Amino acid sequence: MVAPAESTVAAYDSKIEGNIIFTKMDAAINWMRKNSMWPMPMGLACCAIEMMAAACSRYDLSRFGAEVMRFSPRQADVMIVAGTVTYKMALAVKRVWDQMPEPKWCIAMGACASSGGMYRSYAVLQGIDQLIPVDVYISGCPPRPEALLEGMMRLQRKIETEHSFVEQKKELIAELTA
Amino acid sequence: MFTPLLANFDLIALAASVGKIVFLTFLVILPLVSISVYFERRISAVIQDRVGPNRVGVPLTLLGFKKDWQPFGIGGLAQAAADGLKFILKEDFVPAHVRTFYYWLAPCLTMVPALLTCVVIPFGSELNLSFLGLAEPIQLVIADLSVGPLFTFAIASLGVYGIVLAGWASNSKYPFLGGVRASAQMISYEISLGLSVIPVLMIFGELNLTKMSAFQDANGWLLLPLWGEGLSLARWVLLIPIFISFVIFTVSMFAETNRLPFDLAECETELVAGYHTEYSSMKFALFFLGEYAAMIIGSGLAVTLFLGGWSIPCWPLLEKIIPLQLHFSPGDTPLYTGLLHIATFFAKVFFFIVFFIVIRWTLPRFRFDQLMALGWKVFFELALANVFLTALLMWWFPLK
Repeated sequence: MVAPAESTVAAYDSKIEGNIIFTKMDAAINWMRKNSMWPMPMGLACCAIEMMAAACSRYDLSRFGAEVMRFSPRQADVMIVAGTVTYKMALAVKRVWDQMPEPKWCIAMGACASSGGMYRSYAVLQGIDQLIPVDVYISGCPPRPEALLEGMMRLQRKIETEHSFVEQKKELIAELTA
Repeated sequence: MFTPLLANFDLIALAASVGKIVFLTFLVILPLVSISVYFERRISAVIQDRVGPNRVGVPLTLLGFKKDWQPFGIGGLAQAAADGLKFILKEDFVPAHVRTFYYWLAPCLTMVPALLTCVVIPFGSELNLSFLGLAEPIQLVIADLSVGPLFTFAIASLGVYGIVLAGWASNSKYPFLGGVRASAQMISYEISLGLSVIPVLMIFGELNLTKMSAFQDANGWLLLPLWGEGLSLARWVLLIPIFISFVIFTVSMFAETNRLPFDLAECETELVAGYHTEYSSMKFALFFLGEYAAMIIGSGLAVTLFLGGWSIPCWPLLEKIIPLQLHFSPGDTPLYTGLLHIATFFAKVFFFIVFFIVIRWTLPRFRFDQLMALGWKVFFELALANVFLTALLMWWFPLK
């Protein structure tokens, strides 16, 4: 279990009786999603070395169940964009992102992936968030493995606050009433 | 017209069969798969000086409790549950360029043979349920076939179709290469796998796995002939071919289940994820489950053939110390012995799985030509020569 989040959705709240089942369902779904984040390592530059270090013995990403690096995007949950995204590579990154099945998350690791970093040039995309939605930005050039671990934990907290089941239910009801 | 059929219908036997199938498939093999995935990750972590999954406990916080439950202080036990459930709710994506029918068929063809082969493996001696009013004890094997190992090989060889079809139906280059590699590898190693058990069958003079287990219980395991007729000179001389058989069988089993050091069908450095590159969500999980289920069944077969099946090791010695019946006596085995035999069998299988895992994280991957050379130039000849060696030794030192 990660450290308790600042704003967790209560798993069980006896005061709001009407929503018990939905909230519980979402909490259960979020529990398994956050505990099984299999990364798609998009290692593009030196940040990738730190990402590998995060999976190795001193830092050990596997404690959170996230050491299963799937090199096939179809089996991955989290894309860790680690390094400088050039315009030429950006299309490949976008394509791999599109190949990942939902639900999926993205971590922009390091200055380059977050904002282009020190490469303010004609060849470099100024942040991967111009192409794909980013959930967590990690600062550093490159970030230390601890920073990546902290980023994964922040992402776990973010997943805890999702309402996928409730939203689907609302959409369904809206569809039926329309 | 149907009355005589119904009159002869043995309801108890049917109930017993269903009970055994449910027990073996849902209560043993599928949980054992998730346990072995967990152990795989923990043992690999230990080998690489890491910690391994240790955060995910049984999520009691979801039910309103204060803390998650981590039994005996061992963290991460619910990791496999989280992974499996995540796969069920992941988007089930079918790429536009696949051949849909075969794309759907392939994961089933991997999973079904792996589970089907477990029917012939005796996972215990017999259960004496006389307190329930059953006159005859229940044999602890789902189908007591007299062609046990042949049936297993026949069904297990269907597993290659799943992998080949997955590679072909994906209609994409890496899965295709993975599928081609897998078919070449599994077909080559099936030959040495089949030939390696022939000496064992010659010594037993029998193809029924239940009788083989009973024989080993009475006369010492093939690899541990320490009691009964196992103390004869012939059995000790025959240890040489049996050991060769055992080595070939185990290595071929690694190749058959696509485990490292023979996982060329899905090696990540060359083929992204191999034959299941295009599979997502539960279909991918089925490949994963099928691989581990095949590993468990293979371990079960190796244990039954070479390591005495459900037989308790050195029971004559243990019976002198503990005043309990630890051996199998047909039709007259107490209930606790039957249960002990089941526990012994699964303990041995589990030990074998741990051996599989340790090998996986110790040895590097073979090159493909090395793999083929090992299969065709070493194991095939060795297994064939071993048959003749066994025949010669059995003629020289006849068994009683």
